[in-house]
Amino acid sequence: MFLRRLIRNKLAVLGAVLLLFLAAMAVLAPWVATHNPFKLNIKERLQPPSSSHVFGTDGYGRDLFSRVVYGAAIALRVGFLSIIVAMTAGILLGLISGYYRGWIDTVVMRIMDAILSFPIILLAIGIMAVLGAGFANLMIALGVVYTPRFARLVRSSVLSIREKEYIEAARVTGCSDIHILFVHILPNCWAPVIIQATISFGYAILWEAALSFLGLGAPPPSPSWGSLLADGKEVLSRAPWLTYFPGAAIALAVLSLNLFGDGLRDVLDPRFKE
Amino acid sequence: MKTYVIKRLLQVIPVLFLIAGIVFFLLRMIPGDPAAIYVGTNAEPGVVESIRREMGLDQPIYVQFFIWLSRIIRGDFGASIFYHLDVIQLILQRLPVTLTLGFLSMVFALLLAVPSGIMASVNQNNYKDYLFTLLAVMGISIPGFWLALMLVIFFSVKLGWFPATGYVSPFENFLKGMHYLILPSISQALLASAIIARMTRSTMLEVLRQEYMTTARGKGLPKVWVVGKHALKNAFAPTLTVIGFQLGNILGGAVITETIFSLPGIGQLIYTAIGQRDYPIIQGCILLTAFGFVIINLIVDLLYSYFDPRIVFEG
Repeated sequence: MFLRRLIRNKLAVLGAVLLLFLAAMAVLAPWVATHNPFKLNIKERLQPPSSSHVFGTDGYGRDLFSRVVYGAAIALRVGFLSIIVAMTAGILLGLISGYYRGWIDTVVMRIMDAILSFPIILLAIGIMAVLGAGFANLMIALGVVYTPRFARLVRSSVLSIREKEYIEAARVTGCSDIHILFVHILPNCWAPVIIQATISFGYAILWEAALSFLGLGAPPPSPSWGSLLADGKEVLSRAPWLTYFPGAAIALAVLSLNLFGDGLRDVLDPRFKE
Repeated sequence: MKTYVIKRLLQVIPVLFLIAGIVFFLLRMIPGDPAAIYVGTNAEPGVVESIRREMGLDQPIYVQFFIWLSRIIRGDFGASIFYHLDVIQLILQRLPVTLTLGFLSMVFALLLAVPSGIMASVNQNNYKDYLFTLLAVMGISIPGFWLALMLVIFFSVKLGWFPATGYVSPFENFLKGMHYLILPSISQALLASAIIARMTRSTMLEVLRQEYMTTARGKGLPKVWVVGKHALKNAFAPTLTVIGFQLGNILGGAVITETIFSLPGIGQLIYTAIGQRDYPIIQGCILLTAFGFVIINLIVDLLYSYFDPRIVFEG
């Protein structure tokens, strides 16, 4: 039923296909790439796209197509793991806040509000400036930035679910709080969380690229799409292809997750159905 | 109304306090001695020691926080390590650039978003609406900084219509200033306009379904009047919240835009400060931008109650 409705949504299917395509590219990078993405070849530097280098080469003569392909693995991994971090933290905080209420709810939610009061990119920049560039720090920074979004969603679901009769029944039969939270409440919170996770996943990819573009994300020489764009910016007029392809890759990844996320929302959340 | 305004103003205080707390503890996570960082690498050990005492670093951490906070409230954000100037002075010098860029970006975003959102809602489910949906989802997916680079490639490098980098204040020379600001503003406007347009469309659809709309149409009022006067005013309140939120994101995104176009605003100040590890500047800029974001949202909430007076009674 759920799948059939999702498949009928053409844009969601398009998003899923694009996403699978990117995931396949990321997993099969060693076979898809035509060259070693790290191999320097000064003789062939800044070559425009040709049959031997379909996306051309960068300032060090590295094959851009292979670097974009390897970049997919970085984008998807960093994006996915930072959303896992945000989701785990957000779900735990949201469950505790919504279930226990009282002062703990006030404290947690005010802190979440404060985090939400920062423009996303600015807080991420601040965290990266303090922690330093690197993949683990990227996941922490993006994880922190997205935690409040999950915490608020889960909390509001918990607030309505905890008043249901079956929760009262579980409490009366002596179930522990942890059992009630994870077995009876959490499974009923998933729909909004999954929608939020899909859309945030796309934006995490975008912000990772932005941070790497500023030199605050992926350490060189890793071919993060953002770092590729930063390299391209230095030779914008001489080698514009270094800007075309990595940027298109980012847009494609974010687009696929947005399309898929919108489709999921239409199917999972009846309030948004038009 | 008055009680709502006062209540809303009071709610802002703990948020500002927590923002300050987050920035304080974030900057304390930097490895090394804050006093040494504060005075820079070439300072004499005696100076470091006196600064440490002056900053209260020999006190417990919560005392340090309140000492720091009392200085922030007095507008003392410390001095830049690199420029040897007060941070607040540096920020105030560059603020007009970022605000002008933000204002222009929002004007472009609204000019694109509101008419297209209305157009899509009035033509729900026909090809115009589908085209809108597709364009809007592309708008929220294209990275602004990539768009900025692409605009430079086509309009500066290839066509030579606009300068790729640089800044002239539009307050000194309006036409020349606009010439420099058009590409940066458009690149910043795209994401905001797509999000605002989507919100405009969905709130308009909700309003158009209301009974009073049928009544208005039944009275024989012209369609333009019904949509423009009755629907738009009621649909505007939720859209306003999104506009406020996007204004904040535009201010944050200035870090990237100003770096690409070499605009001497706050964003560029943060970017160079990060390269120079000039932490007082990073701290001051992040803190003030976040404060600005909160104030914008406060204003939006107060305006919301003007557009949708029901909120006052609920609040």
